[in-house]
Amino acid sequence: MFNNTQEFFNVLPIAIIGAGIIISLLIEMYSDKSEALLPWFSVVLFMAAGLHSLYYVGDVSIVMQNMLETGGNVNIFHAMFTLGAAIVCLLSIDYIKKYGTYFGEYYIILQSSVLGMMLMAAAKDLFVIFLGLELMSISFYILAGMNRKKTKANEASLKYFLLGAFATGFIVYGIALIYGSATTTSIDYITTNFEALSGNLLFLTGVLLFLIGFSFKIAAFPFHMWVPDVYEGSPTTVAALFSTGGKAAAFSAILASLFALFNGPAGNLFTPYLAVISLLSMFYGSIVAIAQDNIKRMLAYSSISHAGYLAIGLAAGSHDAVAGVVFYLAAYTFMNLGAFGIVSLIEGKDETNLNINSYAGLGNRQPLLAALLAILMFALAGIPPFAGFFGKYYIFIAAIKSDLTWLAILGVLSSAISVYFYLRIVVLMYFKSSENELVVEPSRTSLIAIIISALIVIILGIFPGTFLEIITKSLIKIF
Amino acid sequence: MEQNFLLTYLILIPLIGSLLILLIKKEQANLIRYAALAISTVAFILSLIIYFQFDSANSDFQFINKIDWIKGLNISFHVGIDGMSLLLVLLTTFLTPLTLISSWTSIEHKVKEFTFFFLMLEVGMLGVFISLDLFLFYIFWEAMLIPMYFIIGIWGGKERVYAAVKFFIYTMFGSLLMLVAIIWLAVYAIGPLGHFTTNLIELYTVAPLIPMDIQIWMFLAFAFSFAIKVPLFPLHTWLPDAHVQAPTAGSVILAGVLLKMGTYGLLRFNLPLFPEASIQAAPYISTLAIIGIIYGALVAMVQTDVKKLVAYSSVSHLGFVVLGIFAMTQESIQGAIIQMINHGLSTGALFLLVGVIYERTHTREIADYGGLAKLVPVFSFALMFASLSSVGLPGLNGFVGEFLILLGSFKSPILNSWWFTVFAASGVIFAAVYLLWMYQRVVFGPVKNQKLVGIKDMNQREIFVLVPIFILIIWIGIYPGTFLNISDKSTAKVVKQIYNPIKVNPTELGLNQHQTNEVIKR
Repeated sequence: MFNNTQEFFNVLPIAIIGAGIIISLLIEMYSDKSEALLPWFSVVLFMAAGLHSLYYVGDVSIVMQNMLETGGNVNIFHAMFTLGAAIVCLLSIDYIKKYGTYFGEYYIILQSSVLGMMLMAAAKDLFVIFLGLELMSISFYILAGMNRKKTKANEASLKYFLLGAFATGFIVYGIALIYGSATTTSIDYITTNFEALSGNLLFLTGVLLFLIGFSFKIAAFPFHMWVPDVYEGSPTTVAALFSTGGKAAAFSAILASLFALFNGPAGNLFTPYLAVISLLSMFYGSIVAIAQDNIKRMLAYSSISHAGYLAIGLAAGSHDAVAGVVFYLAAYTFMNLGAFGIVSLIEGKDETNLNINSYAGLGNRQPLLAALLAILMFALAGIPPFAGFFGKYYIFIAAIKSDLTWLAILGVLSSAISVYFYLRIVVLMYFKSSENELVVEPSRTSLIAIIISALIVIILGIFPGTFLEIITKSLIKIF
Repeated sequence: MEQNFLLTYLILIPLIGSLLILLIKKEQANLIRYAALAISTVAFILSLIIYFQFDSANSDFQFINKIDWIKGLNISFHVGIDGMSLLLVLLTTFLTPLTLISSWTSIEHKVKEFTFFFLMLEVGMLGVFISLDLFLFYIFWEAMLIPMYFIIGIWGGKERVYAAVKFFIYTMFGSLLMLVAIIWLAVYAIGPLGHFTTNLIELYTVAPLIPMDIQIWMFLAFAFSFAIKVPLFPLHTWLPDAHVQAPTAGSVILAGVLLKMGTYGLLRFNLPLFPEASIQAAPYISTLAIIGIIYGALVAMVQTDVKKLVAYSSVSHLGFVVLGIFAMTQESIQGAIIQMINHGLSTGALFLLVGVIYERTHTREIADYGGLAKLVPVFSFALMFASLSSVGLPGLNGFVGEFLILLGSFKSPILNSWWFTVFAASGVIFAAVYLLWMYQRVVFGPVKNQKLVGIKDMNQREIFVLVPIFILIIWIGIYPGTFLNISDKSTAKVVKQIYNPIKVNPTELGLNQHQTNEVIKR
């Protein structure tokens, strides 16, 4: 399986999580203290895998019989998933208590979904992508319905399952067609022989189906129907994971499998498709979000519009674009985790406070939470000096370099629209007062998780240089 | 290159100061007020030191400080000033402590947040005036919206939420298009320079090379963003709302400094970067400026709310500045610069005075006043003085700027028609009408409103705020040379850049046209 210890060392983050799942199962089965132990065990596990990935970001290698890649971008994605999941765990400790009962399986399934994401990002073979995707998706379907007694959660789970399975069908069918025409599922082989293969209509259809399937997973218009309902029905911490890790994983799979194609001679084949879905997602997400009263639904539509900005990067299809997409995803992950974290605190025991009016006067009642949420909202709106701005800046650079200036212009127009609904939360918190005397007492763990997210958003925004250098350097090594 | 850190310190003082203020307990409101005053005074003293070290015979950027920031994109923390920016930096650091004193008693709740945002606002404004990197400039330009948004939204009047959101989205919309233009420019620079850059000094040599059909779009993207901020007719509709709803300190800074960021942008970026497009657009923009002058004055005339009247007078006055900029002669541009300062002083003073009386009477309706001359003589005198300065009475500051702008636009080869001057001059007359008429209704006549009886005249603190402003008003009016000299060389350089842009030749860098195109594509 491994040619040498070095190979094993390189896939260690994946192995850590894999082993962690087994240990967690044992803890859950045999320990009485599982409730106190498992969350923190998960956090440590994720931190270990995340820090290992970050530390060895320069060790680029292809391992396990050309099935997996490590180092560079892959490691950055791994760090994004695991550190994001660690924050979700910290938020969950409090959140799960609301249900009255303790679900040990929550953390185990969370770990397996992260394992799936990591496999997707590291894949060098279409089958590995499929394997990772299924592991992640099936875990997600379960997580969405974690709160068994709530009808909406059941609805979310079922809806997610049906539409997700449908999308996976597209992907499998696409892989089958690609395999049929290329006689292999090796991504390297397909990319190097793309020119010869692209004459084959069957092959192109396969690639297109594959892309459409992933358009579902990244929540792009017109494949977004599941997003608002699933986010609304799922536990808030889980929705945070869907919108960050899940989306980032889908993007990482697209980059891993198709990026070389976009960047190569066939780039122009897919640019129109990607440009159109990016355009539609940006505007649809921004405009419909304005009409939302439920903050989770608002964040869902905002997530659709962010998928649009990220798709600009895919359409631009250059090295800059990949760097931009990776940076944007990292920024978006922490902005959204922080925002969902605060939503999970404010929503209260029976999720009664999901209406945005619950945020009225928050600036007076809970200055710290309000200030954090305001920072995250400004960041999501793409206002400097926060990370969201730099992500957009970099993606627009890539678009303009690739002669997609029109798309960049429409992109900024859509972000001008989106400012309105992000600001609405700030307006409510600071400029409105309310009779609502709701004060939540955030636990220390949740608060730390949110503060860490906000700090990362500020630091990535003011000093994006170092992180950007790591991304671009690893790109040079890979391609 | 030799590094000079003074400007960096100038930014850091309010930045660190505002963070320190967050550490003070909010119950200690007076301590917070004094701390903020001390911080902004230190910044003012530092800017005076910069002024005394400034070499006005040198037209280049001075006090340059360049620190690598985002290496991958050649973005650096690159600051420096020339005469034009120095004047605006001085205006900013001068008005900030004064407005803080003026809001000593009018801001009573959330003093800590207010001073925090106010100092952050100072950081943003200073940053805009001293940035020599377009990316850095954009960061300050946008980030500054956040504190202003909160100042209007939290401490504003009844319709504050509407005004704050309108202000934010209006400005944001314009600047986002500028963002695309900035990126486009930086990508374009890859051709002639071989690297992606947002360094303004490098771009000065590159941007004029842009073919005319694209240059005009670039010009428009920048100009649109700045025109919203100025605000140029017909993009002025956010201004009356923002001004009327903002607290006094907010209005003073908004009128005094924020609006100048727009005209400064036109002067710093549009004219030198896109000279050919500027020359082509000059008659159209000047026409809009003239419409603004007359429209602003006419609308000001029919206002019943004093604050709204002053707000519309800003539209009219800033029209003069834009006319001066786009007449593109040295006189007119010098006039525009001095007029920016003048407007900051006299409109700032007017807003302060409106704030003073509003604090006592809680009304801004002109009809509610009358006969103030007998009740509050000191206030009446101060209002007279500020109004006359705003009207452009010879001997006071307003006259100097308007005269230079009219003179410059009259002999402008670009506008090439004296009609511009004729219409603009009518604006001066209108200004006299609306301001003096307002003055007459507010100050003279019998006291109709019994609520006014017994109001107190200006106290020492309020007088203390206005005295320095009035001294400068007289100083500029009698001896404008002190200030004109500072910007003389820099404006001469701008004029030179318009007519003889410094262009680099791509072939000199060893790239032929084909390679250049390749580089752009990459």
